[in-house]
Amino acid sequence: MRTFLRILACQLKEGWRSRPILGYTLILFLLTDALFRFGGGGPRVVLSLINVVLLLVPLVGAVFGTMYFHQTRGFALFLLAQPVGRRPLLAGLYLGLAIPLTCALLLGLGLPFLWHAAPEPALWRPLGALFAVGVLLTLAATALALVVAVRVEDRARGLATALLLWFVGAVVFDGLLLLITMTFDRWPLERPLLVLTLLNPFDLGRVLLLLQMDRAALLGYTGALFARFFGSGIGVLIAGAALLAWTAGPLTMAFRLFQRRDL
Amino acid sequence: MTLRAQLVSAVGHPVALPDEPAVRVRGVGKRFGARPVLAALDATFPAGRITGLVGPNGAGKTTLIKILLGLVTADQGNIEVFGRPLDGTPAYRARLGYMPQAPRFAEHLTGRELVALVQDLRGATGPVDEALLDWFAGTPALDQRVATLSGGTRQKLNAALAFLFRPDLLILDEPTAGLDPVASRRLKDHILAARDRGVSVILSSHLAGELEELADHLVFVLDGRTRFEGSARDLARATGWSDLERGLAALMTGAGR
Repeated sequence: MRTFLRILACQLKEGWRSRPILGYTLILFLLTDALFRFGGGGPRVVLSLINVVLLLVPLVGAVFGTMYFHQTRGFALFLLAQPVGRRPLLAGLYLGLAIPLTCALLLGLGLPFLWHAAPEPALWRPLGALFAVGVLLTLAATALALVVAVRVEDRARGLATALLLWFVGAVVFDGLLLLITMTFDRWPLERPLLVLTLLNPFDLGRVLLLLQMDRAALLGYTGALFARFFGSGIGVLIAGAALLAWTAGPLTMAFRLFQRRDL
Repeated sequence: MTLRAQLVSAVGHPVALPDEPAVRVRGVGKRFGARPVLAALDATFPAGRITGLVGPNGAGKTTLIKILLGLVTADQGNIEVFGRPLDGTPAYRARLGYMPQAPRFAEHLTGRELVALVQDLRGATGPVDEALLDWFAGTPALDQRVATLSGGTRQKLNAALAFLFRPDLLILDEPTAGLDPVASRRLKDHILAARDRGVSVILSSHLAGELEELADHLVFVLDGRTRFEGSARDLARATGWSDLERGLAALMTGAGR
């Protein structure tokens, strides 16, 4: 535990001083601030930020995360030449990136709300959902990046793999769902589609956000299914748990791979 | 109670017996996919001496060092460090000082922060030997971020981190690469001084002059096997060349005189 905390402290220090993470915070901040200045009040800004959280946050987590973990490889080898076990090292590396990315998200999105829309209590619930989904997606995408970086040693291939995973989750998956729906439109597809939705963290995030914001028109096919079958409360719980599993599953895989991998 | 058990209870950690090597490698084999890298390699690295680990590029030296450090797992065979078989636990590395050929540190940390990190991870107590640290890395460089250091200064910091915590076994991979002549001379003096204090050293190097000056013992590896083990004098006798560089070249090409 002491080793893990020491490595985590070192990686956090490294993360705070990292320009890309500072840049990510600034982009989120400027974007949110611009939405307030040009796009209207708090509820509309929250709605506009849904796609930022659903698309940009996993993209940064997966792609920047993979690059970051690859860059850290040499330092990881140096640390492993010390009396350091692989598990505390990997845990320190993961949280050493996931925590700064999470803070960047909360600060970048949160600060503009503080001075533009702080007094609106009606905003708290959708804003809380936005932050919660953003944090869960950051944790899941960073965990996926860790798997890619541990599994794929070549940097270019690793980067391509991370981009491909993001593209499949963000774009291809919903296309496939639509294709399945159209091809088998005479079959009772609700339950298989619900299971398929659990397989995609992007859809899970979307469902969580839209169920919280009561935007039925934006639910899309999979979100509508969740709302109809589970009702908002249980739907939120199931989607949230599945999203957490998207962090736990890849992390378990990364630890197993790293434990027996030749470095 | 055996002599080893008595020594262990006296000093609190595994120790080399008087005639016991620092590292003993027996029948170690390793494949990466279909490519064999080490083939039943045997080697002995005597305690308290400097052993030159020599061989052409791709001979398996780096893989052997990585197995010693626990970064790579051998497919077969066993390795003992100070009489204790490697079992996957990391504690033995507190007695090792490793100087990689091309170190990669956390770029945004300062040299001093890195030293503090390694000190913590090794559980080293007491103040850092500032004189030694200054001797290697220089005080101004220690307070700069690693990203801003020149290649030579990084290499000095690398050396400082390997030597600083009084290791019993130093593993040095091309240690003088990238150093200016003054720093290179200082490092070599420090390696010799460490040996004189009883520290065991494994020195991987392609520089015959460096090996001639520093190594008491040579382990020559070719195609994943040990092809020669002994002193420079033994090597001269075996190859017919008194010049170490020519002798090593003869071993590599299989052309003795």
